[in-house]
Amino acid sequence: MATLLSAGTTAPDFRLHVTPDQQLSLSELRGRPVILAFYPADWSPVCGDQMALYNEILPEFQKFNAELLGISVDGVWCHAAFAGERKLHFPLMADFEPKGAVARAYGAYREADGISERALFLIDATGRIAWSYCSPIAVNPGADGILDALEKLPKQE
Amino acid sequence: MTQLKIPVGPEDHVHGDQNAACTLVEYGDYECPHCAAVYPIVQRLEKHFGSRLRFVYRNFPLSQMHSHAESAAETAEFAAGKGKFWEMHDLLFENQAQLGSGLYAKLADDLGLDPKLLQEALRAKTYQGHVRSDFTGGVRSGVNGTPTFFIDGERYDDSFDYPTLIAAIDAAISEAQ
Repeated sequence: MATLLSAGTTAPDFRLHVTPDQQLSLSELRGRPVILAFYPADWSPVCGDQMALYNEILPEFQKFNAELLGISVDGVWCHAAFAGERKLHFPLMADFEPKGAVARAYGAYREADGISERALFLIDATGRIAWSYCSPIAVNPGADGILDALEKLPKQE
Repeated sequence: MTQLKIPVGPEDHVHGDQNAACTLVEYGDYECPHCAAVYPIVQRLEKHFGSRLRFVYRNFPLSQMHSHAESAAETAEFAAGKGKFWEMHDLLFENQAQLGSGLYAKLADDLGLDPKLLQEALRAKTYQGHVRSDFTGGVRSGVNGTPTFFIDGERYDDSFDYPTLIAAIDAAISEAQ
């Protein structure tokens, strides 16, 4: 398992496609907490997979004014089809070219498999990593860890 | 180990002996095919363990994915208000392919409940609060899909087949003794 960047580290900035004609930088979200959810691949064949679960839980994250970003090495068209089919209401970032560069920067890339870990990061409003967690690749980590970490963030002014 | 954060309480639907040695909690979705597949297995488990097992069902509707999951959950809660929770719970799983207002009205009628009152409760979202409270409690407990089981408060991450579940519950019962 890769070694994730840990709490207290400044979150490496990145700029990735979220749709075929739109890019988003992490730094554009400064000022609010960001949940960065690395996952291995779109289209895992189960009901209520990790992204579908987070889609359901979105209102809970929004109570903390937090932005959720899904991120995998899948390309923009794959993400678009996946997000459309699963009716996802949050952005999926394409860590596609150079492949897995952002996952690498966060210590969340699986070299042998060419995909990212199932790794979660909570980045605070100042751009620092407040919490990180790497789940065994086959285990959907759920959202309890994210919500606990959101609760522990210092209250925003 | 991921732990159940919300203890079994008066708001819960509990099937079986209150003093059972083991408590099985399921977070489920009436439109989820895996929950429907595990429903007869849970019934077999209850039969096998008898008074040693109590079963608790909580709502975890994945409503972005399953358009009838929320209304089905609220229909079961409506029935609960009239003492017919388990009857409705069973019928919803047994008729999963037909979920929708027509089925709810028919099932209410079959159970001697007033379909008009049900329709009114669904429209007014009378039971939405209960369903939402189950859901958010599940999220805090690490529910990561449906079905998610907790055996004596610990999330069960193994296979949903009958022998594996039997073994896990047996182990929990011997641990409790």
